[in-house]
Amino acid sequence: MPGAQGGIDFLLEPYRVLDLTDERGLLAGKILADMGADVLQVEPPGGSPARNVGPFHGDDPQPEKSLFWWAYAANKRSITLNLEQNDGQALLKKLVAQADFLIESFSPGYLEGLGLSYAELAKINPKLVMVSITPFGQDGPYSNYQATDIVGMALGGFMYLTGDDDRAPVRISFPHFYLHGGAAGATAAMLAHTYRVTSGQGQYVDVSCQQAVAKTLAHAPQIWDIEGAILKRQGVFRQTSGENRVRINWPCKDGYVNYMVQGGTVAYSTRALLDWMKEDKFDTDDLDAIDWEKMGYGAITPELMLQLGGPLGEFFTGHTRAELVQGSLDRRILLFPVATPAALQGHPQLEARGYFKEIEHPELGETVQYPGAFIKSGDGRDIAGIYRRPPLIGEHNVQIYQEEMGLSSSELETLKRSGVI
Amino acid sequence: MTAQQETNQTPGAGKPLDGVNVLDFCWVAVGPMTTKYLGEFGATVVRVESVKRPGTLRNAAPFKDGVPGINRSGYFASYNANKMGITVDMRHPRARDLMLRMAKWAHLVTENFTPGTMESWELGFDQLKEVNPGLVMFSTSMMGRGGPMERQPGFGPVLSSLVGLTNLTGWPDRDPVNPYGAYTDFIVPRFAVAAILAGLDRSRRTGEGIHIDMSQLETTLHFSAPVLLDYAVNDREQARVGNRDPGAAPHGVYPCSGDDRWLALGCFSDEHWAGLQRTIAPDGKGWPYNPDFATLLNRKANEDELDRLLSDWSSSWEVGALMETLQSAGVPAGMVNDCRDLFEDAQLQHRGHFQWLDHPEIGPYATDVSEMVLSLSPGSLDTPAPLLGEHNSHVLKNLIGLTDEEYKSLEEDGVLE
Repeated sequence: MPGAQGGIDFLLEPYRVLDLTDERGLLAGKILADMGADVLQVEPPGGSPARNVGPFHGDDPQPEKSLFWWAYAANKRSITLNLEQNDGQALLKKLVAQADFLIESFSPGYLEGLGLSYAELAKINPKLVMVSITPFGQDGPYSNYQATDIVGMALGGFMYLTGDDDRAPVRISFPHFYLHGGAAGATAAMLAHTYRVTSGQGQYVDVSCQQAVAKTLAHAPQIWDIEGAILKRQGVFRQTSGENRVRINWPCKDGYVNYMVQGGTVAYSTRALLDWMKEDKFDTDDLDAIDWEKMGYGAITPELMLQLGGPLGEFFTGHTRAELVQGSLDRRILLFPVATPAALQGHPQLEARGYFKEIEHPELGETVQYPGAFIKSGDGRDIAGIYRRPPLIGEHNVQIYQEEMGLSSSELETLKRSGVI
Repeated sequence: MTAQQETNQTPGAGKPLDGVNVLDFCWVAVGPMTTKYLGEFGATVVRVESVKRPGTLRNAAPFKDGVPGINRSGYFASYNANKMGITVDMRHPRARDLMLRMAKWAHLVTENFTPGTMESWELGFDQLKEVNPGLVMFSTSMMGRGGPMERQPGFGPVLSSLVGLTNLTGWPDRDPVNPYGAYTDFIVPRFAVAAILAGLDRSRRTGEGIHIDMSQLETTLHFSAPVLLDYAVNDREQARVGNRDPGAAPHGVYPCSGDDRWLALGCFSDEHWAGLQRTIAPDGKGWPYNPDFATLLNRKANEDELDRLLSDWSSSWEVGALMETLQSAGVPAGMVNDCRDLFEDAQLQHRGHFQWLDHPEIGPYATDVSEMVLSLSPGSLDTPAPLLGEHNSHVLKNLIGLTDEEYKSLEEDGVLE
């Protein structure tokens, strides 16, 4: 178990989770597994459809080589089960009797149609916490809508606010819609669990991915509600007040950096950058003369932004990202890298905290570097993290069905032949 | 709601976090969104603020009637519903003792300062644990505790850049753009609440407190884990591709009638594409049936032309009507909701996503409820965000039992500022 490796108990070690989700909900169980819960990923025979989501190891599109699966099924164990057959349903009910949580992401009504609704499962285990993660929730006018990532990010209000102002709205190139719902699924499971601890009662939880995305919009909905204004996307700029906006992303010699010109309490950062520019023989007299210290947030006018844009842009494109980042650290300038995956692998802070972990994939004869724990204890001990490579299809069938539930090897053989597992 | 009928459960009077006391030092967005969930689900959350140094969000637009004021920010009001507020000058010599009394009352202390700040007040976990051995403390910072960059300052959109999401957003022929706003501030809280509740659970089981340290960088990287693995095993650096998707065509955002109106759609299967064909050309003739678009591979090869023709077609449609028409034809499609649309969105209305609270200075204002409906113990937002220092007397006298004399002396000494 994870705790044996980590030094102290992982937070959720006593609990078992049945994870029936596909690519639309895997993250919920992953979060609980990272905190030490025993998560059984229940896959249809042949494997979860999430195994078809790329990218793939060596670009080889096989179910055991999906990096999406690796990322969000690691730490879990896998059993296969055909929920559409009677024996499969019976096995699930046996598993439910011993489980603390069940998480699923099927279309609304699917499990109910199989006689596996919460009401049915609660008869077997009244303490069960069951969490459903769907694009829009279990009911309502969109509940049967088809949703893919881009549809969800659009309906959640995220896309309208993201992208260049002279082009169509854009999504993030890596899909996030179902990840928001998946993370909310873990939150929801723990909320219902907390109620169970004091009341002894399980319950059903209905999570909407659309709502989860709509909660990422900061104060944009309040700006409509209170001011009657509709915020628009600003490209590389950030709106600070009214017509005023400051540039955030700047090209440099070999990539991009993030820098916002600001005055007031962080005027020192602007002054330090101007000083650095002087070392590079930039004429900054006009900019030095500005009273940065007295400038409030949102006071940079479009005219001033234009005046700044030329020399700043020229300075940045004259340096590499690494030079700018290191120079800024030395000079206390609030400038940051627009990171790429390569930069993250060698990130000094992630390295110092031991974030990435090598996990062995014996079948491939390789070790692979995985993102690690999202929490630690305050004194640096492991209370969560990655400890088991993603499971092969049905890898733990014998462990669970035979060793734990007591099925004989001939029963297992029969179930295998009939396509139940 | 059918979801609740199916469960045969009627919401009771209780909430999951009834009886859980939270001493909340969080500020700006990521912390307050975290503790908003806790308040919504029943915890008693007391926010510690300062009159001398009021939090950033209290000075952030939008303001009621456009007039700035310490109690007039809609941004602050939205993220601090269901909380109480007290004001304490943390640099006052008597502040520490007062906070230790609060820590005795609390089950959970939350903070998102630069690491070392709580310790500088001698209120680090080791000191708090002495007065309350079962205490859970939750700390979150940009970079996590320890390491060479633990004190790196940051704000707004910085973390989206640091975590690699900015590089994945925008058009391939243009500079990358930030995902809207301080995007990572709204990814972290769900992990945070799950971790906090796991910590409280462990404390209940073992009687032992725990200090949880969450790096927002490390947490947010879980939202791009496959991208990191792609680099680790394939040496590939994924970058932004606009609205394209390797598994679908057409896939993108298409203009509709009116100003800045757009429809998002994606055809991942032949069924999706057939639905789109039928909608565009019910008679089975015309460009959608051009052999150049017959298979996904064909459509991928001719995607620019496909997008152009589709945009010509979509631009005469009203966006809502087009969404409904395509969904009835089995095509995944959704309108690009702006913030007004969100308030009018039929599904969000069905879920009661926005709720109005009555604030003494702002009046009725909208805030969003959480995205999870618990059948037996649902959350609810009942009280508006606190005025600065609104609950000083109630919290200190009624919750932790200060006498009138003690309270008066703190007030006179300038501790409650």
